[in-house]
Amino acid sequence: MTAGRLRAALAAGRFVVTAELGPPRGADPGAIARKAALLRDWVDAVNVTDNQGAHVRLSSLAGSVLAQRAGVEPVMQLTCRDRNRLALQSDLLAAGALGVPNVLLLTGDHPRFGDHPDAKPVFDLDGVQLTWAARTMRDEGLLMSGRPVATPPSWLIGAVENPFAPPREFRARRLAKKVAAGAEFVQTQYVFDVDVFARWMTDVRALGLPGRCKIIAGVGPVRSLRALEFMRSGVPGIHVPEDVVRRLRGVPTDQVARAGIDLCVETIQRLAGIPDVAGVHLMAFGFEHGVPEIIERAGIGPRLAPVPGGPP
Amino acid sequence: MRSADAAPGGPRPVRPRLAARLAYGVHHLMAANSLYRGLAAWLERHPHAVRLFTAGERAAKEQLFGCRMCGQCALPATGYSCPMTCPKQLRNGPCGGVSRTGLCEVYPELRCVWVTAFERAEAAGHGTDLDLLQRPLDHREGGRSSWVSYWQGRDEDLWVSAEGPAPRPSLRPELPLVPR
Repeated sequence: MTAGRLRAALAAGRFVVTAELGPPRGADPGAIARKAALLRDWVDAVNVTDNQGAHVRLSSLAGSVLAQRAGVEPVMQLTCRDRNRLALQSDLLAAGALGVPNVLLLTGDHPRFGDHPDAKPVFDLDGVQLTWAARTMRDEGLLMSGRPVATPPSWLIGAVENPFAPPREFRARRLAKKVAAGAEFVQTQYVFDVDVFARWMTDVRALGLPGRCKIIAGVGPVRSLRALEFMRSGVPGIHVPEDVVRRLRGVPTDQVARAGIDLCVETIQRLAGIPDVAGVHLMAFGFEHGVPEIIERAGIGPRLAPVPGGPP
Repeated sequence: MRSADAAPGGPRPVRPRLAARLAYGVHHLMAANSLYRGLAAWLERHPHAVRLFTAGERAAKEQLFGCRMCGQCALPATGYSCPMTCPKQLRNGPCGGVSRTGLCEVYPELRCVWVTAFERAEAAGHGTDLDLLQRPLDHREGGRSSWVSYWQGRDEDLWVSAEGPAPRPSLRPELPLVPR
């Protein structure tokens, strides 16, 4: 593995593929190694999630190190939900010292949706402020306190955005704030409505963001009608348009999973045709073994060495 | 009225009870000048007076905006919709969990304060306020009068333009590490 593969691919303008890797609820390092082995040859990097959905898991820092040992480049997610500014900055330093090449900074889900709804929500900083603090730490060698950092870290800074949530007219501008604060790449919420996404991309281009920040579109296969319902009503911020719902409900129950994969492949291909989309981020929880098929059928990914800008 | 801090479950979205135009107008009337600066300086020298003044500010802003007395008022830059009533207390815009109809993900029966902020600021011609970078809060200021801080010029850098030379996130890293 080469550290900085994602950075190099983005810099070269190659269509990148990242995937989600959720750490286990347990202390088994093998759980990460097994998922990493499934994804290793197919993706540029994996996002190691940080107590995703406010459910306790092995920490994203440890998960990132384990992923790295298993031969896949990590993107360490770090949320503002569980840590104040001291803990956030010390984890960012730790990631630097342990050679984690990418961090993804986000506000995080509210604990109310997790397995500890009784927890104190921290939110000392928001996602924009955390991005800002990280950039200052890396580029100016300063903590938020103004004190110098002896050896600044060198990770690439990522952020997230949801092009589909209201107020939609503000969503590209919100990304502009993150870019001003220091975000160098952004991964989006699941794209099921490519038209709305394309309109958001038009706003993003109008603000001149693609030259400063690489846009990676979030995608994932719907595996069942139950999963579809969960995405529509159980997860805040996911927008599934009616035509997608009709399409998935219109097939026999035993073929929904297949139809979900077809839809995911088509979505990736349409996204690859949108100017300035730098890659896709695959979220396939518990379906890591299906990721290679999706990547292969979509005609993208490191193995096929596609032309810059994605497949035709 | 029950204090916002005593409300169960932490911050809950509050819909402002003062029209945005009126709020901008009030702010204009109370904009920092030498008179207010003098008043603020006098208040800070008189603990009883500043306590009374702060109690009045709290009562008024709690009624009108659901104020939680963070002590570093963002209202003039958020269409007078208080970001501290967001369950995540986001100062820089809405999270990604806003429902299709503009409702809060944590309290789905309540409107997202940033959707309200966007509508109010845009309608009042203050839309670009939302593009400003809001600095992290100084939690030592909690419970203090934001008006007094503002008149004394201490809140001048609460938010900065996202354009131009890269600013630093902390409001006053040069200040001593002990509270005032």
